[in-house]
Amino acid sequence: MLSSGIALLPHARTEVSAVITVRALTRRFANFVAVNDISFEVAEGEIFAFLGPNGAGKTTTIRMLTTLLAPSSGQITLNGFDPTKSPDDVRRSFGIVFQDPSLDGELTATENMEIHGMLYAVPRGLRHRRTEELLRLVELWDRRNDPVKRFSGGMKRRLEIARGLLHHPKVFFLDEPTLGLDPQTRNRIWEHLRDLNVRERITVFFTTHYMEEAERFAQRIAIIDHGRIIAQGTAAELMEQTKTTSLEDAFLALTGKEIRDESSGGSDQMRLMQRVWRR
Amino acid sequence: MQTIYILWLRGLKRYSRSRARIFASLAQPVLFLVALGFGFGPIYTRAGGGDYITFLAPGVIAMSVLFTAVFSGMDIIWDKQFGFLKETLVAPVSRTAILLGRMLGGATVALIQGCIVFLVTLIVGFRPSTPQELPLAVLFLFAIALLFTGLGSAIAAKLDDMQGFPLIMNFLVMPLFFLSGALFPLNQLPTALTVVTSLNPLSYGIDGVRGTLGGIHQFPYALDAAVLVVVIAVVTTVGTILFSQIEA
Repeated sequence: MLSSGIALLPHARTEVSAVITVRALTRRFANFVAVNDISFEVAEGEIFAFLGPNGAGKTTTIRMLTTLLAPSSGQITLNGFDPTKSPDDVRRSFGIVFQDPSLDGELTATENMEIHGMLYAVPRGLRHRRTEELLRLVELWDRRNDPVKRFSGGMKRRLEIARGLLHHPKVFFLDEPTLGLDPQTRNRIWEHLRDLNVRERITVFFTTHYMEEAERFAQRIAIIDHGRIIAQGTAAELMEQTKTTSLEDAFLALTGKEIRDESSGGSDQMRLMQRVWRR
Repeated sequence: MQTIYILWLRGLKRYSRSRARIFASLAQPVLFLVALGFGFGPIYTRAGGGDYITFLAPGVIAMSVLFTAVFSGMDIIWDKQFGFLKETLVAPVSRTAILLGRMLGGATVALIQGCIVFLVTLIVGFRPSTPQELPLAVLFLFAIALLFTGLGSAIAAKLDDMQGFPLIMNFLVMPLFFLSGALFPLNQLPTALTVVTSLNPLSYGIDGVRGTLGGIHQFPYALDAAVLVVVIAVVTTVGTILFSQIEA
C-alpha cells in the first residue's frame, strides 16, 4: 500500500505506469458541456475517486471511458487501448458497476454470472471456478440459486461487483457504488473492494458525492464540478493546497459550496426511491 | 455464436418463469376463437365460405405469434429501463450478435406461444387439413415471429420508455393485423383495401400459415416465403443499424 504523501506527487507518478490516461476530454450535448476539457491519469493498482456533486459530469466521464458514449474531443487510453478505435479491447480490460442495477431480476445469481462469463468468453471451467470464488467472497454463495429480484439493494450491489470481476478486468469502474445503501452495507462493500484491490491488483475508479467515502478509500481524488476537474491529489494534498484541515473544507474552498444530498436532482431522488422500493 | 446462444437462452428462461404471463397471453386468442369462431361461424358457413373455425384458427395462431413477437422485441425498452441492456452493451461482443440473440430468443418464445394456441384450437374443434404440411406451417410461423421480433426491436431501439408503446400498437401493429386476412378472406375486398392488404407483409405470412394448416391459400407458398425472407432481411438490417446507435 502506498502511504499518502510518498511517491504520489504528480511529477513522481509518471514512473508508475498509468492504466488510464485522459487528455483534454470534452463532451457536449446540444449546447450544454457536460465534461469540459479534463485531463488525468490513474496508476495501475490505484484506488481513484471522482468526487463531485450530482450533474458534475462524473457519469458522463465513465460512459466515455467505458465505450458507451463517444467523446466530442480529447483522448482516452485505457490499458493501452483507445475506446473509440478498439472498443472490444477496452471492454475486455474493465469491469463496471453502473449507478443503477443492471442485473436480470428474473434470473438467479448464478445465471447472471453465467451470462456475463459467456459474453466475455471466459472458458467454462474457469467461469465456474471464478463464479464460486467471487460469490463466496461477496457472501452470496448460499443464495446463488435465488432469483435476483428477491435480493436486497446491498445484495444486488455485491452481486454486481462479483459479476463485474468475473473476467479478471484490470480496471474496475464503480459509479456511485454505495448510493442509497445503509452505512453497514456500505462498509461491507468497501471491505470487499479493498480486499480485491490488494489481492488482484485491480485498479479501482469510483465516483461518489460522499466526502468521507473518497477520503477513507481513495488514494487519490479528483474534484469535479460543472464538468471541470478543479483539483486532484491525495486528500492530504488537497487539504494542504487549500490550507484546510478536512476534505470537506477543502472542497468548500475549491468549489465555493458544500456537497449535500439535499441538493441532488430529481432523477437522483427517483433513483433512490426506486432502490428502496425494489428491495 | 456464444453470445447469440446465451441471449437466446435468457429469452427462453425468462419466458418459462413467467407462467402468469403465458396464461394471460392465451386469453386474447381464446376470446377471438370463441367469440368470432362461434359468433360469425354460422353466418360464414351460410354465405358459402365453409367451416369458419378452419379459416379462423390459423389466423388466430398467427395472431398470437405476432403479438408475442412484438412484445418480445420491445423487451429492449424494459432492459433499457432496468439496466440489463447496459450489461450487454459494455461486453466485448458485436451489437449485431446481441440483437440476433435477442431476436432469436423472442422469436422462439413467440413460436412456442403459437404452438400452445394451436393446441387450444384443437380443443375448439380445429383439425389441420394437411398434417404432412405441419413442419412447413412451423416455418411460416417462425418467419412471422422473426419479422415481428425484428420490428419490435427496431422500434424499441429508438424509444426510451413505454410511453410510445400504445401508439405503436394502435397505429402499426393493430392495422397490420386487421388488414392481413387473419380474420376474413382477402379475395373479395374493395380495390383500395386489396392494395393495402397486398402491401402488408403479414398477409403473406398468414396466407402461408393458413395454406399449410387449413388448406386454403391464395398466393403460392414460394411468393409467401420470398416476401417474408426479404422483409425479415430488411427489418433485421434496419434493427441492427438502430441498435448499434444506442448510446447508453
